[in-house]
Order: sequence, then C-alpha cells, then structure tokens
Amino acid sequence: MRVNGDYDVAVIGGGPAGMAAAIAAAREGARVLILERNDQLGGILPQCIHNGFGAINFGRDLPGPEYAYRYEQKVRALPVEIKLNTMVLDVTGGRDVFAINDDEGYLHFKPKSIVMAMGCRERTRAQIRLPGTRAAGIFTAGTVQRLVNIEGYMPGRRVVVLGSGDIGMIMARRLTIEGATVLSVLELMPHLTGLRRNYVQCLQDYDIPLHLSTTVKKIKGKRRVEGIETIQVDERFRPIAGTERSIDCDTLVLSVGLIPENELSSQAGVVLDDHTRGPRIDSSMATSVPGIFAAGNVTGIYDLVDYVSIAGTAAGANAAAYARGTAPEKRRRRVRLVPGSNVGSILPQEIEIGDDDSRPTIMLRPNATIDVSVRLRFTADDETVTEFRERYARPSEMIVKTLSARHLDQLRGDKNEEYQVEIV
Amino acid sequence: MPTQSHYDVVIIGAGVVGSMIARELSRYRLAVAVVDKESDVGAGSSSSNSAIIHSGHDPYPGTAKARLNVRGNALWRTVAEELDVPLRSTGALVVAREGQESALEELLHRAHANGVTDAAILEADEVRAREPRIRPDTVGALWTPSAMVVDPFQGVLGPAENAAANGVAFLFEHEFTGALIERGRVAGIDTGNGPIRAQWVVNAAGVFADDVMHLFGVHPEFAITARRGEYFVFDPTRFTVDNVIFPMPDELGKGILVTTTTHGNSIIGPNSEEVDDKEDQSVTEAGMLQILAGAQRLVPSVSASDLIAAFAGLRATGNYKPDGRHRDFLIERSDEVPGLINVAGIESPGYASSPAIAELVVKLLAEGGLSLEEKESWDGRRARPARFAALSHEERAARVAEDPAYGRIVCRCENVTEAEIVEAIHRPIPARTYDAIKRRTWLGTGRCQGGFDYPRTMEILSRELGIPMEEVTKKGPGSEFLYRRTKEAV
Repeated sequence: MRVNGDYDVAVIGGGPAGMAAAIAAAREGARVLILERNDQLGGILPQCIHNGFGAINFGRDLPGPEYAYRYEQKVRALPVEIKLNTMVLDVTGGRDVFAINDDEGYLHFKPKSIVMAMGCRERTRAQIRLPGTRAAGIFTAGTVQRLVNIEGYMPGRRVVVLGSGDIGMIMARRLTIEGATVLSVLELMPHLTGLRRNYVQCLQDYDIPLHLSTTVKKIKGKRRVEGIETIQVDERFRPIAGTERSIDCDTLVLSVGLIPENELSSQAGVVLDDHTRGPRIDSSMATSVPGIFAAGNVTGIYDLVDYVSIAGTAAGANAAAYARGTAPEKRRRRVRLVPGSNVGSILPQEIEIGDDDSRPTIMLRPNATIDVSVRLRFTADDETVTEFRERYARPSEMIVKTLSARHLDQLRGDKNEEYQVEIV
Repeated sequence: MPTQSHYDVVIIGAGVVGSMIARELSRYRLAVAVVDKESDVGAGSSSSNSAIIHSGHDPYPGTAKARLNVRGNALWRTVAEELDVPLRSTGALVVAREGQESALEELLHRAHANGVTDAAILEADEVRAREPRIRPDTVGALWTPSAMVVDPFQGVLGPAENAAANGVAFLFEHEFTGALIERGRVAGIDTGNGPIRAQWVVNAAGVFADDVMHLFGVHPEFAITARRGEYFVFDPTRFTVDNVIFPMPDELGKGILVTTTTHGNSIIGPNSEEVDDKEDQSVTEAGMLQILAGAQRLVPSVSASDLIAAFAGLRATGNYKPDGRHRDFLIERSDEVPGLINVAGIESPGYASSPAIAELVVKLLAEGGLSLEEKESWDGRRARPARFAALSHEERAARVAEDPAYGRIVCRCENVTEAEIVEAIHRPIPARTYDAIKRRTWLGTGRCQGGFDYPRTMEILSRELGIPMEEVTKKGPGSEFLYRRTKEAV
C-alpha cells in the first residue's frame, strides 16, 4: 500500500466545518484533501431543507442545501482534492490516515496536519434508556429527516416526537406537511430545548401540542410500534404516578440530543473534554496532539451552522500554517477556562492572552434558563477578574463573546492559569 | 434447500436446540425440516441470554440439567471449532460475601458431584487479582475454569447453516398451528402455510413447547412460564470487565451477573420476572434499576451512564420436577403419541447443554426406530464470513481490491461493508430482515444504534431481495419500516 504524503492538510469530514477549513487552508496555499464519507459535500445540511442558515455569514436566511452549496462552490473553485464516498477508518497520533472507497480501494495518507471535522451523531433510545419493546417505528429525528427529505419515504402515519430539540420540532412540521398526524411533542425538561422560533413556526402554527415535563414510560407493540404510554415527571425528573396517558401511534421520533463523533480523535490520542465530549482545543483550534486541529460539532454541539463555519475557517488557516511551519510560536500566556455555575460547556477550553491585538472568541453553552439580564464572569479563587453583560441565558442558545481590549487588559493584569466562567 | 411434501423428521423451533438437533440429523440419509414462525433462526430465547457456556457447577446433582450441561460444555469446544462459532475460555467466578462461606463450600461440593472436577475455591486476594474492581468485602469465590462465553447468535446460526448446507430445509414464517395424528401416531404438523407431513416431530419450541405438547394431546399438566430477564450492554470504550462474575445463587437462579462477551462488550443482567405474554421482550424502568443495583453489588463502579443498549430475553421455565423438588428439562420420546419427541423446559443451562441435548435426541430417535444411515457427503465444517472491521490494513486492502463493495461502508460505527451485508443475504440461512443482518454483521449495534445505516441497509435489502422499500422489515411481516412514498395523495 503506497503511503501518500502529497497533502499538507487532510480534512476529515466535508460538512460545514470541513468545507470552511479546506477553503481557509487552500487560500493559505496549502495542498488540501477532503475525505467525506457521504456521496456529496455538506454533511447534514443537504437534508435540512428548512431555512434558518446563513444569517451571520451571508446576511441571509437560507435553507440548508443552499448554505452548503455556497461553500461547496468556494471549495470547488480552489485546488482542493475531494474524495467522496470515502470512509476514514483509522487515524494515528503520527498522522497516518487510513481510508477506503469503492473506486480506489484502501488508502493511506500522511498529511502534515489534520483537521478533524466529523460532526456529531444523535443520541439514541439506549442512551436515554427508554423502556418497552424493540419494535419497528422508533427512529431518531435525523434518520426520519433523511428518509423523508432525501429518500422520499414516509416512516409512519401517527407520530409522537420525544424531545423538543430543533430537529424534532422541524420534523414534526415536515411530517405534518407530508400528511402524517403528529399527535404530540414530549419534553422531559420543564422548558423547550430547541429555539423558540422553531416552537412558534413548527408547533404552534401547525397546532401540534407540546407537553413539558413529560416522557415516555413505555413503548408498546411487538413488531411495529402500536402505542406509547407517557408520564409526567417532577422537578427532579421522577415520574409522577397517576399521570400516565396512552397514545395510539405507530411511530416514535427521538430528538434527544447530539453527541460529538470522536472515535477517530480517540484513536489518534486526542484528549477529550468531559463537558463538550469533544477534543479540548485552544483558540487556534489545535487539539492536544501536535498537528491535529478540530472544528465544528466534533468539538461540542453548536447552535448555529454559521459559527461552525467560522470555527472551520480558523482551524483550516492554523492547520495550513502548521503544515508549512509558519505557525506562530506559542509564547503567550495560556489560560484554561472551566465551566462554573449555569455554564454547561466552553469552547475553546484554552485561550492565549498575548500583548498583541489578537482577540480570542469564546462560546458558552448555558445549562439553565435565566430570562433576565445576566452577567458572565471570569473568576479565580472566587475573585471576579472580568465580566460581561448578556440579555438572557438559555440552554438552546450559545453565548458567543469576542474578548474586548478592556477584558484582555483585566486578564493580562492577572496571573492565574485557570478561570471559572460562570453566569449569574 | 429441498422442500418436499414428506419428511422423516420435522423440528419445531429454530433456536439453538432445534438447530443443534438439525445439524446432528444432517449426518444421516434423512429428509429433515426445521419450521419456525419467525423470519430467522434464534429469534427467541437463544439469542437473548447471558451467552455463557456454564461449567455445570450449578444444577442439582443427578438432574438431566447437570448431566447435559457438563457434557454440553465439553462438546461445545469441538462444535464451536467445527462451526467457526466465537467462543472464549474465560472461566467464571461465583463470588461470596461475608456469611456466605459455608454456601460457597456447598457449591464446590455440588460442582464436584456434577463432575466439574476442576472447580476450586479462590481466596479473596486471588479473586481481586483476577478482577480488581470486585466489591471490597468479597471473601472468596468458586472458580470454574471450564466456563466460556459464546457469541449467542453465531451459536445458533453455525449449526443451522451447517445443517442447511447438508440438506436440511429451514422453513421460516411457518407457524405451527396443530398436530397431524393418524392411527394414534404422528403424521406431521399443520402450519399457517399448510400441512407438513413427517414421520417424527421434534418439539423444540422454546417457551411454546407446552402449547405444542398440548396440541399433540400429551402432558396436559405441563406448563411453561416465561420468565423475562433484562440486560444492559456497555459501551466498550467506556466500561469493560473481562470476567464472568456471578453472585451466590438463590432459589430464582444464578442471579444478576456481570459478564464479558466474545465481541468485547460487557453486559449485566438478568433479573427474573414472570410475564403473561410469552413474547413480551420489553425492557422496563424497574428492571433497569434492579439490574444496576444487582451488578453494583458485584462491581461497585458499574455506572448507568456507560450503557449503550438494553435487551430482554425469556426463559422457558417448565414445571417438570421429576424428584418433586428440582425443576428439570423434560426431554422424552412420547409413549402416548409415537413419533413425538419433546424437548421442553429448556431454561438455563439450556444453551450450554444444547449439543448434548442434540446427541440425546438423536439417540431417542434411533431407539424409537428411526434408521440412521450416515451420508458420505456430510461436511461438518462451516466457516463464518470474515468481519471487515477485524481485518488488518493489508487484508482490508486485499478485500477491497477484489470486490469494490468492501469499499462501501454502510455502518459507520462498526465499519460494516456492503459486501458483508450482501453476503449475509445470500448465505445458506439467508438474512432477510434488518435484524437478521444486524445479528450477523454487528451492523447498527454501535454507538449510533443504526441511525446512519437504516436507509442504506433498507435499500440493499430491497435490491437484493427484489422487494419494494415498503416491504423491507425489521423482523418479519408486520414490522415494516416505511409505508408509502412522500407527496402521495393521502
């Protein structure tokens, strides 16, 4: 097997993060390879035929396929090698990349740097431990989206959606438009987990009831789903006896969260973060393994694709610089950011506080809903070093902040290596 | 696969017992058929259990269970080798806490009485050396080195494929509906697809073996209760235990255990709950909590957050107690209806005993007058297709160079290729449903649990079987995935 060392940067995954990384790296003059397992670029976007993409990067409200198409045009205008239908099987810490496709067979690349852009996968029934039978008719929302929007098949007539995540609400609307009856959207939490605009546009406008603090107690049906039993839960998620309700349905759609897809990162020895479940990265999107960068949902779940593309751009540019040996030396002070109260996760986990004018951007995922003005604080030893104001904090929306000169000054004057970031 | 109007032997049930019997009978010049109401082998209890080939230390001495388990354990080594069934020698630990020392001694005596001569008691530090995560107050354990873990589905598929290759007909989606008895003797069976005439009928119908008997008019007093056992599977990247660990047994059985599998995942379970519906393989909230608590009594670090899948199986617990005290297998050549062989009440250690049960059934048939003439053409070996994911880089490169379908990865977690799926669909026992493919290739068993591969696998099944997408099922008729195209009038 020939070892192909022709590429500076190999991008694993041709979704929004990978495409942006490839564009940025190629613009830096790097020889770039995209390895994509699907038969087209775009990741999950081609099946996201609803709008809601591009507000930041294009100033337009675009459907998913168009957002992807715009990036694909840019990729194809650059000298980027794209291998579709190509599955990466192994990545080593020494940057050996093994991949396979049905045209060229087994492939072994040795690029100078790698951008991990594998995205995420959906949480499944097993991870939320749903009791009941193993009948046909239980699908994740993304699978339903693919079946309906790409394959052109209806997976059911009478549908219940578990989880008020965005894909779940969007598929509730989509299935309704296609002629199915969506009986209910159930949500374990006492609040919506997806974006409010999706609640209005997908559920309210189609008279689909949302039941908060409610989950599935049991799935019925031996061969095909024949119904479910729901139950309400208290504030500590304990089922409340006597609140059971039976729903006759043939399909249960699960929209219960996403998990970064990091099997290749783990193989390569990349250190993962307990909060994001993605690689720990710094402001240059570098992981713990030299020459391996990561961007997008593989590093933690984003709320908007625009931010994924922005992260991909940074990762691609830095991967190109690494490959060409032009990466700036890391002499500036590096500080770790740790989630404090009301913060679920932070990206990146490490930022550099330099004397130059570079301004790190951080993204926080709140894990509580606070619908009044909040403060976002950097603290060390319970002392506040710097703080920002935000209008509200909601788990469904990331808080994205580029540190200002004032914040950087305050952090420069401090000597700690680690800050708790909290929302109060 | 020859199908004909008259068989020498019809076996009801394509579980591990039925398949092992079929394979034994395939040695001889006989027309043999196996009927099953499901779409695949091992659809019932055989593929949903602890997957342990017990040493035979546990059954009460003198019972058929004790005898057949010990014999079965020895036979499994040969059978697994001949049939390329994944089997791993692990040994097993039955761990005791303070106050259970005398019960442990008793268990050792029972093991020795059953002929498990290598069973021994380990001191606490030896137990900890084998499994450092064992509960700290463990005082010792019974160690049975002959215990093994098996791939429970391959253990059914192996003998079934080998039987099919040697001429046994497997008739799926054929539900037994009644007995054919003529002049007081077995004449065959009725099925939902019409009668099948046969000189002998072997009742290996698992949890339904009592119903079969009753329709033949024998043993009205015999009843099988389905006892459901739930299990959890761990994500191997997050939690593994490389031992088979039992608590001390109680009257309900061998208890909730922590065990490893041939695939490398660890599993915990089972609990034990009688269910009215003999097909109720649902998992319950209460059961999950019970199993976690039980497993944590053995290995305290077991955590719910590392789980990847849950499943449940049904034990066929009969009420046959030849000594009035201990439940036993009911394996007999019927005196009342000549031509009927009953193999009933096959709960644990049924899987471990199955090759020995097959041996016994052939003996019962021979003694009952069935003429056994060996076939020269018989080939007792069967090979399992290679798993692409388990191959080296060089072997993978060679495969894909030969067949581009190896370059099309359908299941992204387990790296299952289109070539493996297509082969599974065209093997001697064809995989005709999603679950059948899943059990053979490990497709859809990884972290995404099929989320990515569903659409692609449905397409391949549709293409290879020549059926519309809407007719592709999860596990046979009634379990279709899709019901129409989009944008059609409703």
